[in-house]
Amino acid sequence: MSSLRSVSVDLNNDTSLLIDIPDALCERDKVKFTVHTKTTLSTFQKPDFSVPRQHEDFIWLHDALVETEDYAGLIIPPAPPKPDFEGPREKMHKLGEGESTMTKEEYTKMKQELEAEYLAVFKKTVQVHEVFLQRLSSHPVLSKDRNFQIFLEYDQDLSVRRKNAKEMFGGFFKNMVKSADEVLISGIKEVDDFFEQEKTFLLDYFSKIKDSTAKAEKMTRSHKNIADDYIHISATLNSICAEDSTPNKKRCNRNLSTHFWNLNLILFSFLFFNACLQKVEGRVASDQELKLTELLRYYMRDIQAAKDLLYRRARALVDYENSNKALDKARLKGKDIAQAEDHQRQCLQKFDKLSESAKKELTSFKGRRVVAFRKNLIEMAELEIKHAKNNVSLLQGCVDLLKTN
Amino acid sequence: MADTARDPPPDRTDFHEVEDGEDLFPEPSAAPESQPASLSAVDISTNSNGPKQDSFFDDDNEDLFAEATEEVSLDSPERDVLLSDGPSPAITPITPPTSVITPRIGHQHDDMFTHSSFDEIEEEEGGDSFDINISVSDPEKIGDGMNAYMAYKVTTKTSMSLFKQRDFSVKRRFSDFLGLHGKLASKYLHIGYIVPPAPEKSIVGMTKVKVGKEDQSSNEFVEKRRSALERYLMRTVKHPILLKDPDVLQFLESTELPRAVNTQALSSAGILRMVNKAADAVNKMTIKMNESDAWFEEKQQHFENLDVQLKKLHASVESLVCHRKELSVNTAQFAKSAAMLGNSEDHTALSRALSQLAEVEEKIDQLHQDQANADLYLFSELLGDYVRLISAVKGVFDQRMKTWQKWQDSQMLLQKKREAEAKLQFTNKPDKLQQAKDEIKELEGKVQQGERDFEQISKTIRREVSRFEKERVKDFKMIIVKYLESLVQTQQQLIKYWEAFLPEAKAIS
Repeated sequence: MSSLRSVSVDLNNDTSLLIDIPDALCERDKVKFTVHTKTTLSTFQKPDFSVPRQHEDFIWLHDALVETEDYAGLIIPPAPPKPDFEGPREKMHKLGEGESTMTKEEYTKMKQELEAEYLAVFKKTVQVHEVFLQRLSSHPVLSKDRNFQIFLEYDQDLSVRRKNAKEMFGGFFKNMVKSADEVLISGIKEVDDFFEQEKTFLLDYFSKIKDSTAKAEKMTRSHKNIADDYIHISATLNSICAEDSTPNKKRCNRNLSTHFWNLNLILFSFLFFNACLQKVEGRVASDQELKLTELLRYYMRDIQAAKDLLYRRARALVDYENSNKALDKARLKGKDIAQAEDHQRQCLQKFDKLSESAKKELTSFKGRRVVAFRKNLIEMAELEIKHAKNNVSLLQGCVDLLKTN
Repeated sequence: MADTARDPPPDRTDFHEVEDGEDLFPEPSAAPESQPASLSAVDISTNSNGPKQDSFFDDDNEDLFAEATEEVSLDSPERDVLLSDGPSPAITPITPPTSVITPRIGHQHDDMFTHSSFDEIEEEEGGDSFDINISVSDPEKIGDGMNAYMAYKVTTKTSMSLFKQRDFSVKRRFSDFLGLHGKLASKYLHIGYIVPPAPEKSIVGMTKVKVGKEDQSSNEFVEKRRSALERYLMRTVKHPILLKDPDVLQFLESTELPRAVNTQALSSAGILRMVNKAADAVNKMTIKMNESDAWFEEKQQHFENLDVQLKKLHASVESLVCHRKELSVNTAQFAKSAAMLGNSEDHTALSRALSQLAEVEEKIDQLHQDQANADLYLFSELLGDYVRLISAVKGVFDQRMKTWQKWQDSQMLLQKKREAEAKLQFTNKPDKLQQAKDEIKELEGKVQQGERDFEQISKTIRREVSRFEKERVKDFKMIIVKYLESLVQTQQQLIKYWEAFLPEAKAIS
């Protein structure tokens, strides 16, 4: 599984807490992940254990971390998206409806393609859930979180906890962040150059990467459409082949049957090529998707998490500025000055701590991002070259075969 | 092998199945004939190599042609008589020969073909191998507004003695092509020749051109049409009989061509054609032929199946073309987006790599476009041609059915007349009796002619189908090789682009 990982998590070499998802079950829409932990830490009851978890459990964990004030200065790894089998499911439905219009072979091939697509979605969702946990386990602060430990260890159903959490927070904070952050972040007066730059960069980069993700997805969809077309074409060529080879070969003279055999050969090699091309185009579609699209998608979410951090810092700054104003007012009024001073000091402390932590986080984030892009761009280029070379030898073989006949 | 085929043994006609030993695909070889090289389509003399296969045919016809040993060269003024003047009705009624040299073929003419198979005709030219290349180029818009039309340059390069020159060109417009097809169809279809169909009309396409819209779709339309016209002409001249047809020669050679009227879709002739087609379709359904020849039954089924499959394939390839175009558009959009992302990226090396990625994708987009063009022009258009060709083949089978029907009708009529005559025997009406006897004599002739026609068209169709299948193999093979080669090129370009990009990606630190 880990070899499929397209997103570099930049794990530290600390092996004291190793998490993976070796297994997952798909029941209708619900995916049950088996979360496996291997640890040398004494905080855990056992050194090696597994628990079943649902997607909602991951969301609960993520939200719990976001709501924890102590982590306000950290980039919380983005929550894994909900498993989405809608695409292949719809296609499977359409295929079922159109079954009567295609040959048995065509139907079987299309079904195989869809099953592969289904499997790819499945693998992707396992991967992205796994990466989420691994980011947590490799973070010096987050790996020690109590809720994280519960998530890994608690061998009962987490749904009770989940319900409680929802009632407590009601998703209010999350919603608030989404709508207000852009305005708030861009509104504050920034004295720190670093954050000024980061703010500009992140806001712009986010919109660009969102656009690139969408365009990359469109590209991979087109590739898939072409792969499907090749399935239909090769199935029809197969029928024509069969049609050509049946007519009274025994009654035809040698030459006539040679010519029909000729056509057969041509069609067979084209068929063979087509089948391979369909596989190759299909494979290109999924490899490209893994490397490029997933990369972009992941970092789009990660940048959002970084923006969230900036937002929290902006909020802390606003709080600090407000506390300053309150202190001035108190001094003017001559009332509750000590209280106001205390409050102001706390705000400043909080803000400074947050800023310091945020700076660290954002710097390591940049490094992580660059490493991930590099790795994936190299792998994508190497895969493209490999496929193209395969194609060339395949095609050239067919051409030579046809020309010698 | 090839040699023996030129002289089919006397009692072996093309009537029964092709058996071992009879080579349907003889190599054109030098003819030991004494026939002069400039054989026109009407040199119908009894060939020395053609054995008397006339046991089936009336003596009347033999006598007819015994006179026609006079060779008519292409330059003779009589040639003008050969040119049919305008479209003729779909079925030529049985007419007594007006002139032996008219290729407006009545049934008597068929003897020419019974004597020789295709290879013999080729040899009669004095060893003229098939060497002709036609190209259609330089589409030029003439005129303005709704009366505007596209003129194409038709260039012929040949070493065949059939032609006056070796390298010449003329200007033709689309309706000229349609006119040519109309003439050939009227002459040859009803005796069983597969006449290549002309490219389709397109009111939408042409209107865009007339109106002067210069965009991608109208350029594509003009290119598709030009390419289709070229393929049409090449297919027509590849047919050894059609090549020698005076209308074809005139089309290729004459500077001025009488304007083909009645080719417009909405003209009265056009409507008449549609009505005829509909009537034919109805007739076809009502003709129940006793097929005694299993070859025909199988072949008909074969072509029916092929028709369905080719149409399906054509649809799939058109879908492929569409999706390839979409891919090209999406790749271009992604390239732009990646460029913007690269600009936004503040890590220098990564920024440069992303810009490079954008450039690579842009080049790939161009590749996709070129590939889409190959998909279209090589693959899709060929399939479209063959879908129409199969229709023509099916049409020829229908003609055979019609011929059979006519024969049967004559027979039934004869039967009736005979019965009527028998009855008249017992009445005292000598002149009526004589009239009946005369009618019977005439009908007997008709019945025999009907049977001959039927057998002739059956033979012709067998030959034509073999030829068609042979051409189909050649065509598909050539196109497939070209298509695969275009794909190879695309892939090789891809390798170049990505190999150039790789070091940039590795340079990110």
